[in-house]
Amino acid sequence: MEQSWKQAKAVFAAALAAPLAWLVVFFVAPMVIVWAFSFGQNQGLTEIAISGTFHNYARAIAPLYLQIFLKSAWVAGLTTALCLVLGFPVALAITFAADRAKTWLLLLIMLPFWTNLLIRTYALIAVLRTEGYVNMGLEWLWKGGGALAALVGLKPLGAFQPLELLHNNFAVVLGLVYVHLPFMVLPLYAALDRLDRSLLEASLDLGAGHLRTLLRVVVPLALPGIASGVLITFIPALGAYLTPDLLGGPDSQMIANVIERQFKRANDWPFGAALSFVLMYLTFIAVAIQAVLAKRTPEARG
Amino acid sequence: MIRKPPPGPLEYLRRWPMRLWLTAVGIFLYAPLIALMAFSFNDSRRNIVWKGFTLDYYDKLFHDSALLEAFANSLTIAAASTVLSVALGAMAALVLWRFRFPGKTALDGALALPIVVPEICMGVAMLVFFARVLPWPQDLPWPLNLGAIIIAHVSFSFPFVAVVVRARMASFNREMEEAARDLGAGEFRTIADVILPHMAPSLVAGALLAFTLSLDDFVITFFTAGPDTVTFPVKVYSMVRFSVTPEVNAASTVLIVLTVLLTAVALKLQGPSAATAGHGGEKP
Repeated sequence: MEQSWKQAKAVFAAALAAPLAWLVVFFVAPMVIVWAFSFGQNQGLTEIAISGTFHNYARAIAPLYLQIFLKSAWVAGLTTALCLVLGFPVALAITFAADRAKTWLLLLIMLPFWTNLLIRTYALIAVLRTEGYVNMGLEWLWKGGGALAALVGLKPLGAFQPLELLHNNFAVVLGLVYVHLPFMVLPLYAALDRLDRSLLEASLDLGAGHLRTLLRVVVPLALPGIASGVLITFIPALGAYLTPDLLGGPDSQMIANVIERQFKRANDWPFGAALSFVLMYLTFIAVAIQAVLAKRTPEARG
Repeated sequence: MIRKPPPGPLEYLRRWPMRLWLTAVGIFLYAPLIALMAFSFNDSRRNIVWKGFTLDYYDKLFHDSALLEAFANSLTIAAASTVLSVALGAMAALVLWRFRFPGKTALDGALALPIVVPEICMGVAMLVFFARVLPWPQDLPWPLNLGAIIIAHVSFSFPFVAVVVRARMASFNREMEEAARDLGAGEFRTIADVILPHMAPSLVAGALLAFTLSLDDFVITFFTAGPDTVTFPVKVYSMVRFSVTPEVNAASTVLIVLTVLLTAVALKLQGPSAATAGHGGEKP
């Protein structure tokens, strides 16, 4: 099938040289430099001496920062779980929809995910802020309720207190779910679409209910797809910068915000480098777990 | 009157709880965006209550030189990085599809890295690289001063293009290549006349993907942009930090419409599979 590179050295070299050089110079090299900096220390204002110290990593896993890592993982995990719960029925419905409806539904899921992340986050700010649409709707209900209470002779309700929906952890999780939902639905759909429908029909025919079919047949068969959806949602959510930055409050910092601060404001590059590599290692672990899960694909495609 | 048959066992879409769920998810995904677009036409600065239709904010937008410059920067960067990404991605895909060579697995893995690595880590790496190794002169004439951002964008876009092109090449019939060779075409001639035409649709899809990725990117750009090289998302970010204003709504609407148009073109050219090709739609 594939040709040995020796059979067409000129073509091979011509096609390989440019992408390989680009990858090495403009991706691998910057990464290696950051990695080297993570073993260094600041000397003076701009000099960084790479002294092979593990001090930065020790600081990165000290309680203060470990807590931020744990919190980021928790927020990303919660986001992933919510996306799975919200997205699974959607993927299921798309899978078994008629062809025309399927195309439209896929398009509807994909459009927001092609829309700029910043714009989607901004749209949420407009919805959630104290004078935003949610609070406006609540205020309207509140006034209606007050009028109703006065009508039946109850004590009038007090002035409306807008809910603080923005700049807290709730807003961060909501924002992350909002942004990452399509990431979950698409791989789920891809996995469910490959299922052998006769297995589901057999299960239903043999008397299992929908819920039982779902849990005992669909979920085990779609497990690799679920794993890949979980990974594709979890990784960007773990490293999210924009959402906690714009929607979060002072206590909803995630790891990416801490890394940004080390590089842009605190000017402690070696420490920032160590933090960013800890995040990278966590990402690789997540990828490895998914690879292991995907290998154990049940051979039941029929 | 014809009555519809009751929903079949697997016709989930025709059951009302499922429809309710889908509607709720749809509202969750679309209501904020639709509100954002609608209120860009609202004749009120407070921007919550509908006061009347106006195009004032679009007018302001087109006279806001800083925003226009940022928009021009973004489009220029996207165009340049698309051209480079498509060329590099196609070459990488060709090598990985066609040849057996030592280190192939390593190259394959290395190409997946820019897709997998968290954006913040890559942004930081680019910041360090352009600060220490290759300081990009800030006073170069436009558009050369955008070079650092273009390089960063190519680095994260071209592996996506390679994925799309390689998927397309899987359906190539190798007998065509053999036929070309039998008829006397050399290696390069075969590529130009037989392989490239087969690749073409995926090149277009890859180009649209690279363009959107570049236009969308905030985090990596944020770390490579200087004070004179502000892109549209970076500009919007500074406006958003400040407050929610109708101008930002109008600017966002312009970008959303542009994205929808690009997606529509991609779908027309490639069928629905094109739109799932990017952004983690495939398995890493």
